[in-house]
Amino acid sequence: MSRLWRWLIPLATVPVLALLAYGFRANPRDIPSPLVGRPAPRFALATLDGAPLALEAHRGKVVVVNFWASWCYPACYEEAPVLERSWRAYRGRGVVVVGVDIQDKPEAAQKFVRDFGLTFPNAQDPTGTVSVDYGVYGVPETFFVDRQGRIRVKHVGAVTDDVFRETVDRLLAEAAKP
Amino acid sequence: MTADLGFGMTLVALVLAVYGGAAAGVGARTGRAALVESAQHAALGVFVLITACFALLTYAFLTFDFSVRYVATNTNLGTPFYYRITGVWGALEGSIILWSWMLALYTLIVVLRHRSTARELYPWALATMLGILAFFLLVMTVAAPPFQRLTPVPADGRGLNPLLEDTGMITHPVALYLGFTGFTVPFAFAMAALATGRVGDAWLALTRRWAIVAWYFLSLGLLIGGWWSYHVLGWGGYWAWDPVENAAFMPWLTGTAFLHSVMIQERRRMLKLWNISLVILTFGLTLFGTFLTRSGVIASVHSFTQGAIGILFLSFLALVLLTALGLVAWRWEVLRSQGDLDSVVSRESAFLLNNVLLVAAAFTVFFGTVFPLLSEAVRGVKVSVGAPFFNQVNVPLFLSLIFLMGVGPLIAWRRASLDNLARNFLWPVVLGVVAAAAAFVLGVRSSLAALAFAAAAFVLATIALDFGRATRARLRAGESLLPAMGGLVRRHNRRYGGFVVHLGILIIALGVTGSQAWSVQTEMTLRPGETAELVGYRVRFDGLTAVEESNHFKVVGAFTVSNGRVLGVLRPAKKFYPQEQSPIAYVDYRLGLKEDIYLVLGDFARDGRQATVKLQVNRLVSWIWIGGAVLTLGALLAILPDRRATA
Amino acid sequence: MSREWLRRLAAPVLVLLVSVAAGAQPPAAPVSEDTVHEVATQLRCVVCQSLSVADSPSEMASQMRGIIRARLAAGERPAEVIQYFVDRYGEWILLAPRRRGFNLLVWLFPLVAVATGLVLVATIVRRWTRRRRDGVAAPVNVDPAMSERIRREMERGT
Repeated sequence: MSRLWRWLIPLATVPVLALLAYGFRANPRDIPSPLVGRPAPRFALATLDGAPLALEAHRGKVVVVNFWASWCYPACYEEAPVLERSWRAYRGRGVVVVGVDIQDKPEAAQKFVRDFGLTFPNAQDPTGTVSVDYGVYGVPETFFVDRQGRIRVKHVGAVTDDVFRETVDRLLAEAAKP
Repeated sequence: MTADLGFGMTLVALVLAVYGGAAAGVGARTGRAALVESAQHAALGVFVLITACFALLTYAFLTFDFSVRYVATNTNLGTPFYYRITGVWGALEGSIILWSWMLALYTLIVVLRHRSTARELYPWALATMLGILAFFLLVMTVAAPPFQRLTPVPADGRGLNPLLEDTGMITHPVALYLGFTGFTVPFAFAMAALATGRVGDAWLALTRRWAIVAWYFLSLGLLIGGWWSYHVLGWGGYWAWDPVENAAFMPWLTGTAFLHSVMIQERRRMLKLWNISLVILTFGLTLFGTFLTRSGVIASVHSFTQGAIGILFLSFLALVLLTALGLVAWRWEVLRSQGDLDSVVSRESAFLLNNVLLVAAAFTVFFGTVFPLLSEAVRGVKVSVGAPFFNQVNVPLFLSLIFLMGVGPLIAWRRASLDNLARNFLWPVVLGVVAAAAAFVLGVRSSLAALAFAAAAFVLATIALDFGRATRARLRAGESLLPAMGGLVRRHNRRYGGFVVHLGILIIALGVTGSQAWSVQTEMTLRPGETAELVGYRVRFDGLTAVEESNHFKVVGAFTVSNGRVLGVLRPAKKFYPQEQSPIAYVDYRLGLKEDIYLVLGDFARDGRQATVKLQVNRLVSWIWIGGAVLTLGALLAILPDRRATA
Repeated sequence: MSREWLRRLAAPVLVLLVSVAAGAQPPAAPVSEDTVHEVATQLRCVVCQSLSVADSPSEMASQMRGIIRARLAAGERPAEVIQYFVDRYGEWILLAPRRRGFNLLVWLFPLVAVATGLVLVATIVRRWTRRRRDGVAAPVNVDPAMSERIRREMERGT
């Protein structure tokens, strides 16, 4: 009997190797968010110009909440023009783009907004409360919030025109609940 | 030109290694010495070529040859001289060259040392080593070529990862890799033993010194890594149970087990199967370590890269494990032990227990490291397994091991009589209990810390007892004290070397216990002139200064530290490198025997109006480094040539 | 007499009323750094690998510590603060997996490993001692002087 049992030793390594091979498909830096499908956390910040910025004020519209930082290169630099373009395209159709800047000095934030000519409201999150509330673990991250105020999609990494268009179109197509 | 020359040399080396491995293998099988000799020449050729590649790459670094992509990615015009040398192995491609070079060096040493002394085993061992070398050269040629050309040639390079700009960069990878690659040699001889069926003592005797050397360098590499982490990375700790740290720790655990179980096979001819399996497991774990570091399969602060190279390493790991363990299964009959034992209470049992604990610890660390992957595969849920888990789970194992360190060397082989037990352990046990009581009296409330002290006292007492008794015997024979002690140590250098190594481990264990149990820390935002206080230390914030260096911009905070009297000014800083997205924290500290005071500069106001500082008082951390020095002495003592008359 | 009784009751009742009123207000909690540290050691710093929020020198960790401090000061218990982070980031943010369900595998594994090892060793040792008792070991012919010398050498354990 021991003739066959001994071969168990090399065979025992196979499941371990298989598990390691599985690791190639998984991305360890991609953490699924438990907030998808849940109400988007409220926030009340002040934009860089001093105007109030609250999520509640935009209930009924599709809200795109984008977390960025001026030191986040190159991703935030790639998506800033995308966001600005998309904002201008969807502005009148019940869509709001909101930018939240994390871990930046005010001058750096102002410079970023100026350089890219961003016209959508941007606010700073100096204590990190809002970014932690949204479970942000890196920049850039973008949350697509539907008309009922629920987070539907979390996009990690730079947003592209296609991603923006497809997601927002889908959310706009949903009838707003009375 | 450089790039092409380098690539050409790598390719030739690969061909030579493949040829050499095949020649040695065929020569071993058929007994044709000419083939084996040819393989030896191939090995020499490979070594010369890899050395030349290394030199060429270093030259490219020193002369800012940005036409080589690897040079451009890892230095820039501002990189200081010595970091241009150490930068050679600062990233993936260079690390593979370093590994291959060491493998080639070890192969050459094996050739020189063993070609005439181990007629049967040597050709197979040579074949194995050249085969493994061929794999790493394959990686160097195909997956991570260091000599890729970069066009157009940039004016300036990107620069070395700032965290690597440290003296640790000179020693840590070198020591660690010497340890990792060192375990290739015992593995090669184990393969030779399996191939020839000579699984007795010959392969063990050959590899004993190799195992100690490899084990020592691995220990050194781990300790230097801890020191580097402590004084560079800005978090005040020396071990984070990061997956890549674990990957270096596991072969250390199984290597330690091997060092001990080898002694049983030497003395009692038992455990052949176990020893061969342990060597295979240890070598497999070193490969697993390089796989983890380079595949990005499990995220780690050490990870070099992701991509095709991971698949190469995993495939090789699979090949090695299945072949080696398959050979074990094939040779099962010869390997099975004819062991016999008089009593359960014996040194053999102590060593077996030592092995169980060490291997269980290794498996625990392994399972904890891959568990996030398993959880995701099975449940689809990502979990983290970090320091709290590993600390909790490993502490009982390590405490038991420390206790065993005291028992093993003194308990008798075969059967320990009650008299033997009493003679050797009564006083140490008493002293252990006294130490625990003393700790309690001194205010130690953590039961684990008290246990650690008790175990340490116990082990210390056994060492002193043994050494004292042996010295006394010599004194009675007429020798004077110092020659008696010296002669004793020299004549039984293996035993006393082992004792000194145990002593080193003990000191390290006490350092770890102290730092885990009693370190304190606090964080405060201060304005200039304000003071933070912690356990008697007062830290006053004096101000910020900005400094421009050759390749970075630095903001330094000056803090005066006093505890009754002024101890000095510490200057933790934040370094801003143009190629890095966020600043690197640069800590400052004051080391002491009993405790270190440690400052990390956090956020600060541009005009210097305020700064956040994290203040730590770490207890007994210096003992870890001291223990490492003692460990070095012990290892040196243990590998000295045997002076005993061979009867 | 009843007035006397009422007077006697007044003081303790008054004390009771005041303490109930005081307890009803949110506690002005001076949060100890130790508690913040303790909570922070259980959470994973999201921008580093393998470091806890307590240890990490990154700005993100510093902000997370601030949030922990604020929540503890507002009266939340440590377990509630931790749950808040788990609700936002998932179980991944805990540095040690919760001891339930599938995660028990990793917590119990060390015990199983040691137990298996001990059972194996016990079986092997039993087989070896039995073999000895049954006299299976081949007898070695050694003269007494040599035997004594061997015994002494072995006990010295060189």
